[in-house]
Amino acid sequence: MILLAIDTSAIASAAILRWHGDEREASVLAEFATEDTKSHAEVLAPAIRALLAEQDLTGAAVDRIVVGVGPGPFTGLRSGIATARALAFAWGTPLAGLMSLDAIAWDVLAGTPAQADSVRSTSTLGAPDGQRPAPPSSDFLVATDARRREVYWARYTAAGALADGPHVAYPDALPALPVYGSGAGIYGEKLAEAGAAVVPGFERAQPTAASLGHAAVERLARGEALLDTAPKYLRESDAQVPGPRKKAL
Amino acid sequence: MNQPLVLGIESSCDETGVGIVRGATLLANTVSSSMEEHVRFGGVIPEIASRAHLDAMVPTLREALGTAGVALEDVDALAVTSGPGLAGALMVGVCAAKALAVATGKPLFAINHLVAHVGVGLLDGGVYAGELPEDLGALLVSGGHTEILRVRNIASDVELLGSTIDDAAGEAYDKVARLLGLGYPGGPAIDRLAKQGDPRAFRFPRGLTQPKYMGSPEAPGPHRYDWSFSGLKTAVARCVEQHEAAGKPVPVADIAASFQEAVVDVVTSKAILACREHGIRNLLLGGGVAANSRLRELTAERCAAADISLAVPPFSLCTDNGAMVAALAARVIMDGGSPSDLAFAPDSSLPVTTVSV
Ligand SMILES: [Zn+2]
Repeated sequence: MILLAIDTSAIASAAILRWHGDEREASVLAEFATEDTKSHAEVLAPAIRALLAEQDLTGAAVDRIVVGVGPGPFTGLRSGIATARALAFAWGTPLAGLMSLDAIAWDVLAGTPAQADSVRSTSTLGAPDGQRPAPPSSDFLVATDARRREVYWARYTAAGALADGPHVAYPDALPALPVYGSGAGIYGEKLAEAGAAVVPGFERAQPTAASLGHAAVERLARGEALLDTAPKYLRESDAQVPGPRKKAL
Repeated sequence: MNQPLVLGIESSCDETGVGIVRGATLLANTVSSSMEEHVRFGGVIPEIASRAHLDAMVPTLREALGTAGVALEDVDALAVTSGPGLAGALMVGVCAAKALAVATGKPLFAINHLVAHVGVGLLDGGVYAGELPEDLGALLVSGGHTEILRVRNIASDVELLGSTIDDAAGEAYDKVARLLGLGYPGGPAIDRLAKQGDPRAFRFPRGLTQPKYMGSPEAPGPHRYDWSFSGLKTAVARCVEQHEAAGKPVPVADIAASFQEAVVDVVTSKAILACREHGIRNLLLGGGVAANSRLRELTAERCAAADISLAVPPFSLCTDNGAMVAALAARVIMDGGSPSDLAFAPDSSLPVTTVSV
């Protein structure tokens, strides 16, 4: 089966994975990821077209689409969801959502931090690697940049199950646990003050479509449902209802 | 291509529009508006509009295809508004359109929203019955824009003669309606109330009409065909405050009528001046404020006096919609225009000289 995964909650990324319906393991056939968080609407669609062409796949060959539903900055997040929904509509392909921070949590358990500039394939996953961080022995946190001096964060069990979140908060309000992800890299000092420890090797980790796809496959193999594609904005729009006009006296 | 079947997507402001045309024949014009969600704010909130676009896009697509009785794979080309407009709102339509282009392999045309407003004139049975006249101009008045365009060739040669330098006319209506406690959207409310008021009760300013801005036909000033509505809004606010400070009831209907007269007078006088000085013999009125009764009346009167033909499309084609995007793209295709590179970016300030990206 072929899975197309898309995530634009931070960087823009897309990946094509192959898996057998009843297995937990999937292999990434092709993937794309940007380094920046600002060009999603330009680059995402051409990248997906190129991935399909590279694998010589048509839309009919795609069995499922999974999209990261955030949390993430609004405009960027929407570009992935709008793309995924339109592709699913045009192809008639089943579509589901997955919380974007789950992608980093999957990387944490796999021991491979995903970064915009270090696209890798799953074939390296089993290889011995002295640099690889040990898997967590306790609950851990995943945090990404929410701008405005806040982070998006969620808490996972040592086995990688979501325990709490996602939330948006100032870094010093996070529980005193190991923190993985780009949010940890940006706010290391603040997190340390709160007793949370930034895990080396994951300071720049962003959610990627490839890891999101792996997380989705794992979940499906366990018989768990995925989410719908409603974006997790976690913040209201900034709009203020105007108060009553002051009358001149 | 002879009569291309084109699907057009619009998401530049608060309407999610999908239109389908075959050449110059309108097959579907489906619009989902988030206007209700903006009422309590008294104006369009970009983030709220963007969220609504995301959720309305696929249902609107599905409905338009159903109305037209065509399948997505039958479409010859896709089109989308790539600007000008609200950046976050444009992004949703552009991403959806690009995804449809990837999914179907159909060419995608990124279209200028302002020029698309004129594109409704291309539709059969519409105001120009399929063929635009020579010497064409367009006056676009809405909550998002106030412009006068010259259209030599709608697919390739459009020029901006004048525009607002601050608020759009429709925005001024919304702000004044709020001052007068009339709710949102302001245009219909003020139009209704103005009928009971005296348009000469107050002399509100007509922005950018002083000689230093206007100049002369030979030596045009810096804003000869431009508008400004911020001073007008301030003048209305001051007028309301003066009545309140004096403990007198605010003459709401007279203020509404006088405000509307100021807007409509300056919009039409500058538009007609631009037409006269650029040899425009045919004027198309578009945008949501084209529904305003006094604007239609005075534009018709002044066009007649200047021997200019006036065309006003039906309201569903004046407000933002996908059909105008599809209609303009169909013409670009029939003129042999090239599709857009899929890597194009939405451009919130796309100039009218760029008809398709
Ligand atoms: Zn418009």
